[in-house]
Amino acid sequence: MSTAPWLTIMLIVPAVGSLVVASLPRRHGTLAKQLALVVSLAVLVLAVLATAAYDPDKAGFQFGQSYDWIKEFGVSYSVGADGISLVLMLLAALLVPVVVLSSWDEAEEGRRSVPAFFALLLALETGMVGVFAATDVFLFYVFFEAMLIPMYFLIGSYGPVEEKAQRSYAAVKFLLYSLFGGLLMLAAVIGLYVVSADQLGTGTFDFATLRQLEITPGVQKLLFLGFFIAFAIKAPLFPFHTWLPDAGAQSPTGGAVLLVGVLDKVGTFGLIRYCIPLFPDAAEYFAPMVLALAVIGIFYGALLAIGQRDMKRLVAYTSLAHFGFIALGTFAFTSQAGTGAVLYMVNHGLSTGLLFVVVGFLVARRGSRDVSAYGGMAQVTPILAGVFLIAGLSSLALPGTNSFVSEFLVLVGVFTEYRALAIVATCGIVLAAIYILYLYQRTMTGPVKDEKMRLVKDLSVRERVVVAPMVALIIGLGVYPKPLLDIITPTVTATFADIGKSDPAPTAPVAAPESGGRS
Amino acid sequence: MSAGGAAILAADEHGGAAVHYAAASGAFSLTWLLIALPLAGAAVLLLGGRRTDRWGHLLGTLTAAASFVVGLVLFFGLLDRSGDDRAVSQHLYSWIPVNGFQVDVGLLFDQLSAVFVLLITGVGTLIHIYSIGYMSHDPGRRRFFAYMNLFLASMLLLVLGNNFLVLYGGWELVGLSSFLLIKFWEYKPAAATAANKAFYMNRVGDVGLALAIMFMFSTVGSTNYDSVFGAAAADVIGYGTITAMALLLLLGACGKSGQFPLQAWLPDAMEGPTPISALIHAATMVTAGVYLIVRAAPIFDQTQAARTVVLIIGAVTILIGCVIGCAYDDIKKVLAYSTVSQIGYMFLAVGLGPAGYALGIMHLLAHGFFKAGLFLGSGSVIHGMDGEQDMRRYGGLWRHMPITWVTFGLGYLAIIGFPGLSGFFTKDRIIETALAKGGTSGYIYGGVALLGAGITAFYMTRLFLMTFHGKARWEHDGPEAKHPHESPATMTGPMMLLAVGSVFAGGLFVLGSSMQNWLAPVVGEHGEAHHDISPAVVTALVLVVSAGGFAGAYLRYQLRPVEAVARPDAEVSVVTVAARRDLYANTFNEVVAMRPGQYLTRFLVWADNVGIDGFVRGSAAAVGGLSGRLRRTQTGFVRSYALSMLGGTVLVVGALLLTRAG
Repeated sequence: MSTAPWLTIMLIVPAVGSLVVASLPRRHGTLAKQLALVVSLAVLVLAVLATAAYDPDKAGFQFGQSYDWIKEFGVSYSVGADGISLVLMLLAALLVPVVVLSSWDEAEEGRRSVPAFFALLLALETGMVGVFAATDVFLFYVFFEAMLIPMYFLIGSYGPVEEKAQRSYAAVKFLLYSLFGGLLMLAAVIGLYVVSADQLGTGTFDFATLRQLEITPGVQKLLFLGFFIAFAIKAPLFPFHTWLPDAGAQSPTGGAVLLVGVLDKVGTFGLIRYCIPLFPDAAEYFAPMVLALAVIGIFYGALLAIGQRDMKRLVAYTSLAHFGFIALGTFAFTSQAGTGAVLYMVNHGLSTGLLFVVVGFLVARRGSRDVSAYGGMAQVTPILAGVFLIAGLSSLALPGTNSFVSEFLVLVGVFTEYRALAIVATCGIVLAAIYILYLYQRTMTGPVKDEKMRLVKDLSVRERVVVAPMVALIIGLGVYPKPLLDIITPTVTATFADIGKSDPAPTAPVAAPESGGRS
Repeated sequence: MSAGGAAILAADEHGGAAVHYAAASGAFSLTWLLIALPLAGAAVLLLGGRRTDRWGHLLGTLTAAASFVVGLVLFFGLLDRSGDDRAVSQHLYSWIPVNGFQVDVGLLFDQLSAVFVLLITGVGTLIHIYSIGYMSHDPGRRRFFAYMNLFLASMLLLVLGNNFLVLYGGWELVGLSSFLLIKFWEYKPAAATAANKAFYMNRVGDVGLALAIMFMFSTVGSTNYDSVFGAAAADVIGYGTITAMALLLLLGACGKSGQFPLQAWLPDAMEGPTPISALIHAATMVTAGVYLIVRAAPIFDQTQAARTVVLIIGAVTILIGCVIGCAYDDIKKVLAYSTVSQIGYMFLAVGLGPAGYALGIMHLLAHGFFKAGLFLGSGSVIHGMDGEQDMRRYGGLWRHMPITWVTFGLGYLAIIGFPGLSGFFTKDRIIETALAKGGTSGYIYGGVALLGAGITAFYMTRLFLMTFHGKARWEHDGPEAKHPHESPATMTGPMMLLAVGSVFAGGLFVLGSSMQNWLAPVVGEHGEAHHDISPAVVTALVLVVSAGGFAGAYLRYQLRPVEAVARPDAEVSVVTVAARRDLYANTFNEVVAMRPGQYLTRFLVWADNVGIDGFVRGSAAAVGGLSGRLRRTQTGFVRSYALSMLGGTVLVVGALLLTRAG
């Protein structure tokens, strides 16, 4: 099992699916949807099988495959999975079918091509799998840039029908930001190649080889910044974030889910996969700056979320706060914080994904993203309100939901290394309660805003099928997160051990870390 | 076995007291059922939807009662064990394992959690039964029972967890249940606002609890009770660290228990249905702060500084609750502030350290009975008066609802400390012990507690007389006419049982110091206090002061007529005006936190738009009006994109050729 080329299959299936769906004539919209659903479910099954075949205790990449691509320049098609990339691929594979099903009727509006929409989703899935699977830095760069194209069209062509100017603006802004970051990264990628050519005689883009290089601190800093800025824009971290609210608001719901749920994770993934192992000295040098930006982001994002009136922008700003937590955990260099950060990436995809989905359902019923257009929806659509609340509680990291585990791990892990920072960051949980529950109060409680709203229907069967697995995972992973932690922890521990970081020991240990009366 | 052994060994190496929990076997392997039963009830009722409307309330009550039965079985199981073997720990599964951070879901059934389990499930079951009647006309009754079951499960998790992170889980989940139940009638904006306020203020406290846990992990390397308490008892944690831990725990306790300075949410929480006020916001959840401090006794034992803060908070809160309790005319608000001040007594007691932990718990249990009874009684009155909550619109109700009158009356006598009833024994002991603390501070704490007893007698007598006695001040005719009537048996039954508890519980606890001896293995020996003033004198003092409070209220509210409309602010004293405004606590929060927060938020929204985004837009435009040009046509843009990809590739190739050449 473990020798099967899981990753390559996971790349080929959505790529071929995308081409097939794209070639369908426009009138075969339903067929396109069904095909897209089948293909995305197939990828999900593959991802689950791959996870089952993955051995967490084995060091290094698994399911690895490598073929020369541009031999002259040392570029290869190399893929492989470690604990970090595997869970993110799993997340992507889970969210795409959810998005396909939640977008079932969305693409019908206006005179847009339904097959093209679903083909774009599958193309995006190919890019997302590729970017996590790549173990060749150049291949990673190619996927990193290639993902932009379907996302650009999803925003530009399938955003809100009547807001043509705004959605083009948002799409272009998204693309410009990403391109700018991408070019910086490209320069750094080339720099890495040059260094490797200097040291090894022949240049290479192979990640495993590159991390063995001894790069001088000065060069490390430059290359680090090239990667870091690209990732900080992608994630985004404060102050590289202003594209996100526009893109989040102007994306079709499905696009927003994938954009914030998965695409942005490429940024946080890049931080822990590339920035830290490739440039350990620079990572250590810049860590205080990153940690400061992270904590600022937690509060900045939360306060701005509280002040928003557009529900989708609001959710986008909450993500800024969450990315702050992720960056905080990544750059504290303890295994708890790092594991928490990676788990946070998955959990954020689920909670914010569900939040975007539900907000999308709500907007579809009323046609407005403005908070003040709503009120008393819990009376009219109790199930929708309940799911909204569950997604929100996950977003504010209530124990019993998935996000609590990751957020607490980040905080406790940061605390052992940077006590003051952790104390400040923990205060952010009060703001999280405010931005979620204040939104809930304004939209769901109180008297029904407008008598017409009483005719609105609660979640349909299709919509319930969309949210049910998300709700189940949010609670399931809150109660029993061990399967994911067992996959993530060894990789994160190894990443930090590699750069000479180990967890600080407790100052007054009484018992060896014991597991409480297991007898 | 191995783990417990390791804890003992390690603690012994430090020369400290060992903390030993026996592994669960036999009946105790069913401890998890206590939580699972109400949790399953909640799940069925929430997922089953309207299909379960017809029998939902019955299922909810049944799971609560079943959990109570399991609690009784385990309690008697505990009685059968020897004194130092009465702490049984059940490991369920590994929850959050990341290298050195190993947190398991495990339960601890010991002397302390046992009394809480009985209180929560016992009073909880009674209030479930009461709610069958109280909520009989409410279309959302099933949802109500689902939330109450969820609350029971969360609260049981809180008191049963065997490590601080599981406790934290229960802690925040009771916050969620409280939130859901305060806003149960969420179409009322006031209810929705009160629910949010409760959650926000609780979260402020939760920050403290979370940070305390982080301190524990970074110091001790574990969040398990046995490890943390072992380290605390062994005195290996620095004084600064352990004081920080204690104060952070205290912050959490203040949030949950509505203690100064986080008390303002609790009176607003009365927007929830009255059974909720009785169960969550009087008898159980709000006393979780007291549980937390008593549970963490080994930590508080090490730090006099933190205990002093507990004492001060307790004393201040007693007075705040008492003073405001005198000013309100809304029956539930008065009871709410009374709860605030009674929990102040419990904080004062546990702040006294080993001498007071058990006293705090005794008062907590007695209060659980009489305050739940008083709230249910007020619910019965409100029910009979078609939702009217203004006591100025009551009067002479004893004739119309005799059972409510008697049961409420017994609860009233219990809370003011009428000789022989629960409150007499438990409150008296706290005042005694505070005075015996020694030094000037002992007289201050004792004096405040004594004064509080007098004011309590005043405002509770005021409430009782305005409600049940004097002239009827409600409309007898016309559209606003009220027809007060006694409540159905499902409601009066629980009220009668709670009245029995209000009468006898206190006496049972002090009989042969039974409760103090029972809890001694958990909180340490209480020891013999040195009394400057003999207990008999203290008792006499308390009685005199309370009688004074009673007399004051009797003169004012029985012998003189009560106005049906409260006098305007201009005609009453400054103190009354301040008390009507909750001693400006809300104003303070608004001025210090809310307004500045709003301004900051507005400023940031503006700044983000014109500042950061504007800077980026500006520089992008400066780089050749790129964005404007690109926005015009998509095709043009795609060309640019392709061009940049091409440019990138050329760069790569160029660089590669260069390095080759070099």
